[in-house]
Amino acid sequence: MKLNFRVIVFAAAILFGVVFSVPSLLQTDKGTKITLGLDLQGGLHMLLGVKTEEAVNSRLKAIASGINHFSEREEVLIDGLAADDESVRFTLLDGDDAPAMDKMLADIEGLSVVHEAESYRLSLTPEAVQKTQKQAVDQAIETIRNRLDQFGLAEPTVARQGEDKILVELPGIKSAEEEQRARELISRAAKLELMAVDEERKMRAYTMTADEAARFGDVILPDAEKAGGKYLVREIPILDGSMLTDAQVAFNQNNQPVINFSLNSEGAQIFGDFTGKNVGNHLAIVLDGQVYSAPVINERIGGGHGQISGSYTVEQAQDLAIALRSGALLAPIFMLEKRSVGPSLGADSIKASMIALIGGFVLVFAFMIVYYKMAGIIANIALVANLFLIIAVMAMFGATLTLPGMAGIVLTVGMAVDANVIISERIRELLYQGVSIHKAIEEGYANAMRAILDANITTLIAAIVLYVYGTGAIKGFAITISIGILASMLTAILGTHGIYEMLETRIAKSKNVGFWFGVSKKKAAA
Amino acid sequence: MEFFRQTKTINFMGQSKIAIAVSIVLVLISWGILAAKGLNYGIDFAGGTIVQVKYEGAAPIDTVRDTLATNPLYEGAQITEFGSPEEIIIRLKTSSKDVQSDMGDVTREALKGTGSFEVRRVDIVGPKVGGELREKGVMAMLLAILGILIYVAVRFEWRFAVASIAALIHDVSIAMGAISLFAIDVNLDVLAALLTLLGYSLNDTIIVFDRIREGVTASKSIELADVINESVTKTLSRTTLTSLTTFFVVLTLFMFGGEIIHAFAFTLLVGIIVGTYSSIFVASPILMWFGFNVGNYRTKLAEAARRRAEKEKMRSMYEQGTV
Repeated sequence: MKLNFRVIVFAAAILFGVVFSVPSLLQTDKGTKITLGLDLQGGLHMLLGVKTEEAVNSRLKAIASGINHFSEREEVLIDGLAADDESVRFTLLDGDDAPAMDKMLADIEGLSVVHEAESYRLSLTPEAVQKTQKQAVDQAIETIRNRLDQFGLAEPTVARQGEDKILVELPGIKSAEEEQRARELISRAAKLELMAVDEERKMRAYTMTADEAARFGDVILPDAEKAGGKYLVREIPILDGSMLTDAQVAFNQNNQPVINFSLNSEGAQIFGDFTGKNVGNHLAIVLDGQVYSAPVINERIGGGHGQISGSYTVEQAQDLAIALRSGALLAPIFMLEKRSVGPSLGADSIKASMIALIGGFVLVFAFMIVYYKMAGIIANIALVANLFLIIAVMAMFGATLTLPGMAGIVLTVGMAVDANVIISERIRELLYQGVSIHKAIEEGYANAMRAILDANITTLIAAIVLYVYGTGAIKGFAITISIGILASMLTAILGTHGIYEMLETRIAKSKNVGFWFGVSKKKAAA
Repeated sequence: MEFFRQTKTINFMGQSKIAIAVSIVLVLISWGILAAKGLNYGIDFAGGTIVQVKYEGAAPIDTVRDTLATNPLYEGAQITEFGSPEEIIIRLKTSSKDVQSDMGDVTREALKGTGSFEVRRVDIVGPKVGGELREKGVMAMLLAILGILIYVAVRFEWRFAVASIAALIHDVSIAMGAISLFAIDVNLDVLAALLTLLGYSLNDTIIVFDRIREGVTASKSIELADVINESVTKTLSRTTLTSLTTFFVVLTLFMFGGEIIHAFAFTLLVGIIVGTYSSIFVASPILMWFGFNVGNYRTKLAEAARRRAEKEKMRSMYEQGTV
C-alpha cells in the first residue's frame, strides 16, 4: 500500500463531493444546494411578449399632446392635430409661426419632420422606434420585477430573453388561485389617470357615440363598479400615474379597503391648481380605462394626496397598490409560452426518477461486481464518487436540477462505467497475452486513454451544443451530462488508476487475477 | 466472469454486404415511414395546450369527453389517459395569449362537476415559440454534427469523419422512423434524446475507430478488412458490455421513470440498440468503401513520425548550441 498523487487527488475529490452534496441530499437549510427546477418542485414558467408597437403609438400620442400644449401656451394656431400608429399630422394656420414650431419640434429627440407648405407630418426615426421598443421591454421587466418582489414569493426570476421576450419563473406557487393572482398582478397595466368630467355634457354620456364624444375632445369610459355605467370625461388627462410616488392600502369609515396615493411635487402642483379652479366639479379617478370613482371636488386639494375607493377585498386592494407603486406597463404584455406544474406532480416526478436512478444504479453495480470482481468494485467506487461530484458541482454553481437533468444523471451512471469497462477490457487483453500485472495495468490505462478522451470530447461537443441551443429543461440536461463527463474523467480514469497503483504490490503478490480482474487463471496463463 | 473469450478474429467484414443491405433497407423504411406518417409534433414544436388533470379515483374519461364536446373551445381536443387510470391529459392545438386567464382556468371551470380533481400541469406554447424551438432544434442537430465532423476529421482522418457521420445519420434516421411509427409526441425531451443518441452513437463508433487506427500501425496485415476485423473483435466485449449497462439504465428509466420521461427513454432505447449495431456493422465498411488504404496511412504516419523526430533532433541540437 503506498499513496500516490492520483489517489490523493481522488480522495480530495470524494471529500469535496461528499461535503458539498450533503446540503442538497439532506435538504438542510444551511449551505448551498441544488435548486430544483420548476418541473420538480412545481411552479410557474412564463415567456411573455411585449406589444412594443403600442409603446411607439403612445410615444406618438405623447408628442401630439406636447404639441397641443405648446400651441395653447404660445398661441400658435394649429388645425387637424391627429396621431395614428405611424405619424402625427397637423396644419399650421399662420405661416409666420413656422420658425417657432420648427424650433419646438427640433427639441424632440428622434423625430423626423416632413412639411409641405403649412402641413406637417411627424414620424419617429427608425432608431427612435427601436429605442422606444427596447425601452418598453426594459420598463416591463423592471415593473414586473418590482411587482413580484412585493408579492412575497420565494426567488422569482424575471429576465429578458432574446430581443423582446420576458422570461418569468415563479417557483413555489402552490395553488391555481395563487397562480391566477400572480398572473393578474404581472399583466395588470396599472395605468392611473385623473381626468376631468365634462360638466357641460355629462348628462349625455349614455346617448353619445364615441365619435361624437371625440368631436368635443371627450371620451366615454365605463364605470368599474356599476355594470353599464358610463362617464364622459375630457380626453387629455390632468395627471397620469407617472407622477405617483406611493400607494398604500387604508380603510375608510365603513372599514372598506381604499388606496391612498401620493403625488410628486410636480403632480401635487398640477393637482392643487386643477382642484382649486374646479371646485364643485367632478374628478374621475380612472384606472386602466375604467372609472373607479368620480367625487365632487369640495375644495382645493393641496399636498398631492388622493384616494381610490371601490368594492374590493383587502387582497385585491393590496395587489392594486403594488401594481400602482411599481408603475404602469407602457406596452401591454401577452403570453407566448406558459408551463405550470403543480407541486404534487413535481413530487411524483422526483419519486419516479429516484426509483429509476436507484434501479439503474443497482443493476450496473451488481453487473460490474459479478463481471469484473475487484476491478468492478473499484469501478463502482468511482461511480459513487462520480454521483457525489455531480451533485456537489451542481450545488456549487447554483445549477438547477430539472427532470431531464435527472434523466441525464441516470444516463451518466450508465455511461460513466464505460471508461472503466474500456480500461478493464484492455487490462484483461494484456493479461491474456501473459503480460505482468504491473505492465498490464500501466499499458491498459495508456491504451484506453485515447479512446476515452475522443469519445468523451465528442459527447461533450453534443452537450455544449445542447446547452447553447436549448431552453430551460434541455439546458439542465446538458449541464448534468457535461458535469457527469468531466467528473467521470476524474473518477473513472484518474481515481481508479490511483487505487490500482496503491494496491499494486498486493495484486502482484496475490497473482490471483481471477479475484482481481474476473479473469480465469487458465485463460490468463494461455 | 467472461463472456468474450474468443481469441479468434471474427470475420465481420465478410458479412458487411448483408449488414449494409439490412441497414439501407432499415433506413429507407424509416424514411418511408417519416414521409408517409410524418412526425407527431408535440406542443413544444407545434404550439398548443396541454392540461393534465388528476382525479381522486378513476378518471371519468367518458364524462369528461362528453362535457368538453359541448364546448366549442375544445373542438378537436384529444382526451387520453396518462400513465394511470386516475390521470388524463387534454391536448389542444390552440393556445391562448391572454395572461390573466388561460385554458388552464377555463378547463378547471369546464370540468366542474365531473368529480374531484386537481389540475397538475398546464403547458401552453404559442405557435411563434413553437416555430422558434423547431428551428433551434434543427440548428442544434446540424451544429452538433458539424462540430463532431471537424473533431473527428482532425483527430483521425476525413474518411473516419465521413464514416462516423454516415453511422450517425443511420442511427438517427432509424430512431426517428421508430418515433414516427409509434406516433410518439416529438417534444423538447425527444430532441434531447436524439442529441444524446448522437453523442452515444459516436462514442461507440469512435472507440472502434480508435482501435482501427491502432490496428493500422500494429497489425501484421495491410489488408484493411483484416485490420477492421481484428479491431472490431477486440472492442466487441467493450461495445456489448457498455451498451448493456446503458441499456439497463435506460430500461429502468423507461419502466419506472414515469409517463413524462417515457418518450425520452423510448428514443434512447431504440438509439442504443441501433447505435451498437451501427458501430460494428455500418461505420467500418464505409471506411472501406471510401478507399481507406492501410499502406498509405502507414506511410503518412511514418512520415509524420519522421518529421517529428527530425524536429526533435533540430531542437536538441539547437539547445546544445551546435547548429
